[in-house]
Amino acid sequence: MNKLRMRFSKTGRAIYISHLDLMATMQRAFSRAGNRLKYSEGFNPRPQISIALPLSVGCASVCELMDFQLLEEQVDITSLKDRLNATMPEGIEVQEIYEPTRKNAELKWLAIEGVFEYDDRSVDIMCNQLAAFFSRESIVIEKKTKRGFGEVDVRPSIREISFFARAGGAVALAATISAQNPTLNPDLLPASLRALCPEIAPDFAKFTRIEPYDAEMKVFR
Amino acid sequence: MDKRLERILPRVQKPARYTGGEYNQIIKNKDEVELRLAFCFPDTYEIGMSNLGMKILYKTMNSLPFVWCERAFAPWGDMYEEMKKADMPLYALESGDSLDKFDALAFSIGYEMAYTTVLDMLAMAGVPLRSADRHDLLPIVFAGGSACVNGEPMAPFMDLFVIGEGEEMNNELLTLLRRAKAEGWSKKQFLREAAHIGGVYVPGLYEIDYNPDGTVKSITPTDGAPEKVQKRIVEDLDAAPYPTDPIVPSTEVVQDKVDIELFRGCVRGCRFCQAGHIYRPIRAKKPETLIRQGIETLQNTGYEDVTLLSLSTSDYRHLTALCDGLLEYCEPRSIGLALPSLRADNFSMELMERLQRVRKTGLTFAVEGGSQRLRDAINKNVTEEELLHTCAIAFAGGWNSVKLYYMLGLPTETDDDIRGIADMADQVLHCWRENAKNKNRGVRITISTSCFIPKPHSPFQWEAQISKEEYLRRVNLLRTSITARNVTYNWHDAETSVIESALSRGDRRLGDVLEAVWRAGGRLDAWSDYFSFERWENAFASCGLDLAWYASRERGLDEVLPWDMIDVGVRRAHLVRERERCYASELSPDCRKQCSACGAAKMLHGRKCDE
Ligand code: SF4
Repeated sequence: MNKLRMRFSKTGRAIYISHLDLMATMQRAFSRAGNRLKYSEGFNPRPQISIALPLSVGCASVCELMDFQLLEEQVDITSLKDRLNATMPEGIEVQEIYEPTRKNAELKWLAIEGVFEYDDRSVDIMCNQLAAFFSRESIVIEKKTKRGFGEVDVRPSIREISFFARAGGAVALAATISAQNPTLNPDLLPASLRALCPEIAPDFAKFTRIEPYDAEMKVFR
Repeated sequence: MDKRLERILPRVQKPARYTGGEYNQIIKNKDEVELRLAFCFPDTYEIGMSNLGMKILYKTMNSLPFVWCERAFAPWGDMYEEMKKADMPLYALESGDSLDKFDALAFSIGYEMAYTTVLDMLAMAGVPLRSADRHDLLPIVFAGGSACVNGEPMAPFMDLFVIGEGEEMNNELLTLLRRAKAEGWSKKQFLREAAHIGGVYVPGLYEIDYNPDGTVKSITPTDGAPEKVQKRIVEDLDAAPYPTDPIVPSTEVVQDKVDIELFRGCVRGCRFCQAGHIYRPIRAKKPETLIRQGIETLQNTGYEDVTLLSLSTSDYRHLTALCDGLLEYCEPRSIGLALPSLRADNFSMELMERLQRVRKTGLTFAVEGGSQRLRDAINKNVTEEELLHTCAIAFAGGWNSVKLYYMLGLPTETDDDIRGIADMADQVLHCWRENAKNKNRGVRITISTSCFIPKPHSPFQWEAQISKEEYLRRVNLLRTSITARNVTYNWHDAETSVIESALSRGDRRLGDVLEAVWRAGGRLDAWSDYFSFERWENAFASCGLDLAWYASRERGLDEVLPWDMIDVGVRRAHLVRERERCYASELSPDCRKQCSACGAAKMLHGRKCDE
């Protein structure tokens, strides 16, 4: 059967499943649902599945994209979604399955939401300070690379970002960040605060991917 | 999710093992159940989730509508530190609720080195360690598993033990606990009643007196407790509940595959082997049952591998029919079938040849003893001829690596027996030269030795264990006897074996030692990362107990043994006779050739073993 694309969410307890473990989890879910993934040829065959943008452990998402191929020739795509959802572990839910028309390389931006938690600091004026920080011209921080340490400017990878005070010592954020070329790991947002402006760096931060976009800011599917 | 946990998880290795939420986990409404039970495995998630007993009992206990059984495992060191820092109690994976909210904590203890982890999990749960310090009925803390055939060192901590197979017994116990909770019984009243359930051992109801030399003088049951607690078995395995929908972990565990349990018990009577004696009588499942359950489990889990489990797979009478039936399903779906613990015979080799996805690299033999005389003495029915013959077929068929496992310190072992191990390796090497199709790839022969541990309820339960110094001397003897370059020798350290020996035949005074080890930071002692021999030595010393007396002393035949209140089915007279035959280097027939009337058949109520 042709290549298919699945859009799924990974939330709740499932956010701690690593990328590699997710591959095995998917393979088993397909086989429980009565379908089999196509495998690569060779000595150590692996299921041919690829996830557009691997998600780091601890980050939630409601918009993951995974391409796969089934061994079976005739597959009812509508029922496949329900059959898969009946066999997924808690927190993984298939939203739709379709034949893709666009290449993953066209994916450029990601809308994300996040929460910054502050334990013993007032968040009243925090929003303004955070907004001011992220509207700087450049935000250069040290980053671990393959060859030791390098410097990276995260600012160009942030298309927009806004902050809202929330009850209980937290600040919510919504941002659009670069998904690839270069990839901005959302963890670099609190990391840049810790490096350059620790007074407003949160005690804990968590993120959810909301929607992928192409370079023209059209929703990518 | 708990706020503290949410902050900890991103910082620890493999966080998915601490979250629950896996496919096939059981979630119930806590307001609708009457008993909440935490099924605790005193080792890591990866080990516990690979344990067949745990998989079965999780489902059978949850089949009671009034019980919600959840799981808890021991966190690895990094998680442990984080939980301490955050002041987080141990919690159950399904609900995330801390263990002190539960009505019962049930531990599955398969090996003695897990004892300190049990204490640690109790402490992390905020539950007082000692049974005597838990005055209320709830929580009831109990344990089962093969280490509990002598659970005496854990007796001060456990309210009761379940001895034997738990499918039926655990549910009877929980039904009684439900009643006790509803009717407001005292803990004492509950324990007195529980002692009448077959297989339930309530250590607090037995008074132990000691002789001046430290040996046990007498074991006195009180309050109507039975003099002997007979282990429970499931008589008909085909009819027994067997869950074909086990939890599928979302992270890699040790055994990521479907287990098919062929039979319980063993027809061989290897004299050093505890498992071969405590799981008797042998009861096999029908191949139809196994094929049906195996296929169902594959469908319900999505696993791509099946493994046949038993103490000695080749002894399953219908192995060919079973493999044919399974392969019919597995082959077209590229599902791999593995057969561990095969014997070194032709039949097994042919079978392995037929199996898909068998990487022709490793061939493993548990030879145990270095000479025919010694193997006869321990009743290990492997001959050199058989082994070399199998190797010849294997080498000709493309295998190029052989692992040979031995024990050092077996009763009657001499230096000649040890040199015999090196000879055997030479012969295997010679056999490879004669038979290998392609010699360019070379051959790897690996010898592994571990230190023999005398185990309760085996014919060697009275035997001495050699000291660790003597073990090292024998290791060196073997090392210098090995001359061939293609032979690698690995030896396990004897320090853990010494502690295991002391614990497995220990009495309940060792409870103080366990607590002292735990207080000094001991946990996850089955892991060399965490085990400290010095910590154990210090604990013995601080409790005024002699490690060597417990570990290496030969027990007299007239001694009362600390585990004498436990009846696993095999009669003492049978063990004595087997031990005598060891000293005469006499083999005993296996159960199929001739029943030795070991006593275990009585549990089948008129049916025959292995029918
Ligand atoms: S009663 Fe006989 S056949 Fe049954 S386990 Fe004992 S020795 Fe073997």
